[in-house]
Amino acid sequence: MPAEHAVDTDPNSPASLHARLERVWRNGPGLWGWLTSVNHKSIALRSIITAFTFFGIAGVEAALMRVQLARPENSFIGPDLYNQLFTTHGSAMMFLFAVPMVQSVALYFVPIMIGTRNVAFPRLNAFGYWTYLIGGVLLFSGLFTNTGPDQGWFSYVPLAGPGFSPGKRVDIWAQMITFTEIAAIVAAIEVIVTVFKQRAPGMSLNRVPLFVWAMVVMSFMVLVAMPYVATASAMLAMDRLIATQFFNYTEGGDALLWQHLFWFFGHPEVYIIFIPGLGMVSAIVATFSRRPVFGYTAVVLSLVAIGFLSFGLWVHHMFATPLPQTGQTFFTAASAMIAIPTGVTIFCWIATIWSGRPRFDTPMLYVVGFIALFTIGGLTGLLLASVPVDLQITDTDFLPGHIHYVLLGGMVFPLFGALHYWFPKVTGRMMSERLGKVSFWLLFIGVNVTFFPQLLLGIAGMPRRVYTYLADTGWGGLNLTSSIGAGLIAVGIVVLVINIARSLAAGAAAGADPWGGETLEWAISSPAPDYNFAYIPIVHGRSALWADTGDLDAVAGLREDRREVLQTTMLDAVPDSRHEHPDPTIVPLLTALAVGVGLIWGILDPIGFDVGAVLTFIALAAWGWPQKTKPNTHEIVEVPK
Amino acid sequence: MTWAGSIFDTAGSPAERIARLAWFLIIVSAVTYLLVLAATGIAMRRARVRRTQGELADTRPETGKRLTRNVAIATTLTTLILLVYVSATALTGKAIAWPLNAQQPLTIEVTGHQWWWQFRYRDSLPSNWLTTSNELHIPVGRPVRVILLSNDVIHSFWIPELHGKQDLIPGHRNTMWIKADRPGVWKARCAEFCGHQHAKMAFDVVAESPAQFAQWYVRQLASALPPTDSSAKHGYDVFVQRTCIMCHSINGTEAGSNVGPELTHIASRPSLAAGSLPNTRVNLTRWILNPQLIKPGVRMPPNALSPADMTALLDYLETLK
Repeated sequence: MPAEHAVDTDPNSPASLHARLERVWRNGPGLWGWLTSVNHKSIALRSIITAFTFFGIAGVEAALMRVQLARPENSFIGPDLYNQLFTTHGSAMMFLFAVPMVQSVALYFVPIMIGTRNVAFPRLNAFGYWTYLIGGVLLFSGLFTNTGPDQGWFSYVPLAGPGFSPGKRVDIWAQMITFTEIAAIVAAIEVIVTVFKQRAPGMSLNRVPLFVWAMVVMSFMVLVAMPYVATASAMLAMDRLIATQFFNYTEGGDALLWQHLFWFFGHPEVYIIFIPGLGMVSAIVATFSRRPVFGYTAVVLSLVAIGFLSFGLWVHHMFATPLPQTGQTFFTAASAMIAIPTGVTIFCWIATIWSGRPRFDTPMLYVVGFIALFTIGGLTGLLLASVPVDLQITDTDFLPGHIHYVLLGGMVFPLFGALHYWFPKVTGRMMSERLGKVSFWLLFIGVNVTFFPQLLLGIAGMPRRVYTYLADTGWGGLNLTSSIGAGLIAVGIVVLVINIARSLAAGAAAGADPWGGETLEWAISSPAPDYNFAYIPIVHGRSALWADTGDLDAVAGLREDRREVLQTTMLDAVPDSRHEHPDPTIVPLLTALAVGVGLIWGILDPIGFDVGAVLTFIALAAWGWPQKTKPNTHEIVEVPK
Repeated sequence: MTWAGSIFDTAGSPAERIARLAWFLIIVSAVTYLLVLAATGIAMRRARVRRTQGELADTRPETGKRLTRNVAIATTLTTLILLVYVSATALTGKAIAWPLNAQQPLTIEVTGHQWWWQFRYRDSLPSNWLTTSNELHIPVGRPVRVILLSNDVIHSFWIPELHGKQDLIPGHRNTMWIKADRPGVWKARCAEFCGHQHAKMAFDVVAESPAQFAQWYVRQLASALPPTDSSAKHGYDVFVQRTCIMCHSINGTEAGSNVGPELTHIASRPSLAAGSLPNTRVNLTRWILNPQLIKPGVRMPPNALSPADMTALLDYLETLK
């Protein structure tokens, strides 16, 4: 340690080390500090809260729709508002809740789990959050000003085209997509680079926690899938704003082109949401079974296989379009194939519980709930992927029933499990077990009471996306049941929110490791300090904290007067170099605002794009402006034996 | 099970085959689901026993071997079930995609509009081509080739009793084969979201004996008879002098617009407004006065007719049997 950095009296005492790191890594004070933060936990946490808020609004929309459908020919909501509600519900849940939420959980915990101090590209991380926020606010501003998109969350043309959706509703949808795809793509890049370059020494790829593997697979899928929908939504916006005719069949465009582009993204999207759920489940199952997940290699390979296969299924959303039967059956087979790796992961967890010594605290209950609900989602998916059966039940209420089993079971239940599991790490306080169990059972029963009747309604012939139905259809009873179930879900969510609020105020102190966890996040204090690790740990096995008894080995030699992180090699995580991270800056927010000006003004007038482009250029110039160089030293990182 | 209107209330060969496949898959799924739940339940029970006996997690190599074997068995079973699943899907798919031994098929062009249906029956004799709206009659036992077209947005044609759905896509021509094996009267609905009144875009399907069908066809092919009583005559004048004629056609009269459903035999149809109202005089009055109250967003404007004009118009429309 060069003497000039040793500002404290005893530079070797842990307390002084913490104080020095704290001074370097903390956010600035006040509102300015909040706006300029580049800390991965600050940004991820606000992103999680934002996503949860959008989840709440979209949930209220769902409740309104269930009120409307509770009885036949109800006049609570007319078709115009109903169409806006279901479109923004689906769009918000997919683009503003599910994907940003799983990515935020990744950006919060991946750096901690792999033993580093910040995410790679911290300014990009801040920029991603601000673009996401602008996109979300845009969508709901549209809804609250009666300019909410009303063409369905997959925006089939020509209905979404200029001819049949005049006005600005669909433009708002298309630009919201662009915002959230920018945010999703930059977040994916950050996760991938963080995991490949910033793992703690010794954490070779075959020791990376399953949660982190899931997030890496998800991020690669985002990188491949999202450009398709970003391109498609840009083409749609151009068709609408500058008459490009990509999708106009009378001018040589094609309506089915949209469906291919959209579903080539849209099907992987479901797995982008669901694979992180598998990661969260893996983390919880291991901790609460008191053993590492059985079949680590099989689970990792399954995650990767699911990621690849999910790109080969998109046509099963289009079986009712003119396609030759042989071609369709190929996509049935591809859809069946993905059930194999999914099955393997579930079997491995059951084997883990089987040979473990599980405690059934709330997080573990959510895992069991996940297995019970998601399996229904998967099996009803087999019905939908079978071409002949699909022709009968697609576009009926069976489909919302199925997708809610998949997404609530496969993503929301793991997420709520993860919430109870990691809440102590984020806040330093435990959540109430009693309220946790109450909300779990309300949600579990509510989901079944809501969505099982929808499966039956689809079989009974009720199309999806209808704002009302006639009394003589006989669908009233099942619809009423479904609406009552939605009420149960709402009560469950309210109990959950109460639990969060009460635990924040008066939950029991958690301590560093309340569950006896396996992975590195449990090695640091709760809540995690701004710099995560005062000492970068050295990992000796797959279960970082269960491998050894006693203290972890640590790396020395990172500077404490700057935001420095250790970079390691991609495969074996051998120390490679040190990298200095940027200090807090307002530039990411300004860049996001510049992009926002371009995309939102562009809805009203194409000149807005030009203005936005110039502003973005200026912001990027500020971003890349050379910093005053700090003197750099090239010390070799010491790895104590 | 024959749940009226459901996909299991089948009346034709493709729907029948699909229902059989659906039942098979539902049973296989249910068994698989119970197996997964049972495995989870047993795992939890074993774990609880181990916990109460104060034992640690069982990570012995021999247990690992046994678990590996069990996971491998479960995976193999899954794969076998999926092979059966894909084969069954392919076989059924082939059976329903093939023309149903098409002897003298009937060809019907279906055009979806926001938010009503147009059916054009083809015939070798062009003068025998028949166009109807929102009511589809088919003869029992005769294969029907359905050609699906749209000029506005995507709709989906679905008669659950007869077959799965096929989309009507602007710029694409989609085809399907249906055949009714028993007579029946069903409601069919648009299945692809198509805008404001997707919910109220239905049509009535009548499968009847070939003789009855032939009778119906001849009746529908006939032009409308000129009105005889004075009120109906006045009603005809209202029709051609007010807004009605802008969109609707009545064969045999000067009304020939193709924008809305044709009305040559409106009085013979069971329902109004694309299957959303029973065809009664009261409903017809409500509909003509302000369609926006019944189908908000529908293309038909409100019509402020005087009571006398309205009565006359209704009298005329009721002659269009």
